[in-house]
Amino acid sequence: MNRVTFFSICASAGFLLYILEMVRRRKLREEYSILWLFGSAVILILSLKKDWLDTLAHAVGVVYPPSFLFLVGILFILLILIHFSIAISKLHLMNKKMAQEIALMKEKAVHGTSGDPPIGS
Amino acid sequence: MEIQPDTPIVIIPAYQEERSIGGLVRSIRERYPHDVLVVNDGSTDRTSETAREAGAIVLDLPCNLGIGGAVQTGFLYARDGGYDVVVRIDGDGQHEVEDISRVLEPILAGRADAVIGSRFLGETEYRGSIPRIFGIRFFRFLVNMTTGYRVTDPTSGFFAINRRLIEFYSDHYPSDYPEVDAYILMHRLKARTVEVPVRMYDRAEGKSSITAFRAVYYMVKVTLSYLINRIRRFG
Repeated sequence: MNRVTFFSICASAGFLLYILEMVRRRKLREEYSILWLFGSAVILILSLKKDWLDTLAHAVGVVYPPSFLFLVGILFILLILIHFSIAISKLHLMNKKMAQEIALMKEKAVHGTSGDPPIGS
Repeated sequence: MEIQPDTPIVIIPAYQEERSIGGLVRSIRERYPHDVLVVNDGSTDRTSETAREAGAIVLDLPCNLGIGGAVQTGFLYARDGGYDVVVRIDGDGQHEVEDISRVLEPILAGRADAVIGSRFLGETEYRGSIPRIFGIRFFRFLVNMTTGYRVTDPTSGFFAINRRLIEFYSDHYPSDYPEVDAYILMHRLKARTVEVPVRMYDRAEGKSSITAFRAVYYMVKVTLSYLINRIRRFG
């Protein structure tokens, strides 16, 4: 086992354990952990099974197999970022709806049902 | 209170408008019997108190949502309150209160679903900055190309809509320069639109925050959101 392989195994295994621990402690919700877990598991497997990595790299025409590992990592990072953008957009919409609802409810609480004329009319 | 048919409400989105909002609300209430709703978009000044003292119904948003979110809050209020027509006017005194009846007329007569006040029809004293005028021309071209509506003032924030559009906008209203996006939505609903001439004054304070960079950013963003609204599904 060469040094790169050793490092790659340690890093991806450590990462995998860290994510699992975060989920266990409820600091990370399950739905946000899936891509992280899946990504680090794939990298771990490819680090352990060097011949699998060589075959896959060959299949897509990558000459230097470790750079295929980078490619896989980058693709997972991209997927995770898109996932975040979608999650943020959803939160944005929910936040807007809540702010609007609060404004409407505050008015209703002070001046009765909406549709009534304002005070002084 | 029983709501009579064709009850209009005037909606004014306001952010940090304590100097102009009171006078605006008062002058609307002196001239028209309609309810006036100010949507305070998270102002930190006395916008809310001033508007309330002047006789407006005030909705206070807990944080700044931006113009589209604020106006949509007004549509939600109108929808839930059973109003049939919304007139939306700016809070900074750029629009002429007397023109409200002009914007309302085609809707009350049942001739249109949406009436947009245009500063470019008829005689105008409006002088916009160069990026603004360029943006307006660009959006005019975009709207005319894609909808067939003959539009002179696609970014006008002085308009009236009927119940059907109130209900639709309550669920779907864009965030920045919503007026441009609104055209594609109206087109998809096959709404009848009419432009009427209105007067438009330059900002008294003269501090429109549109820089060239932001103008470009908004043009790209609004164009993107506009084109996406063409192919979006509304459930």
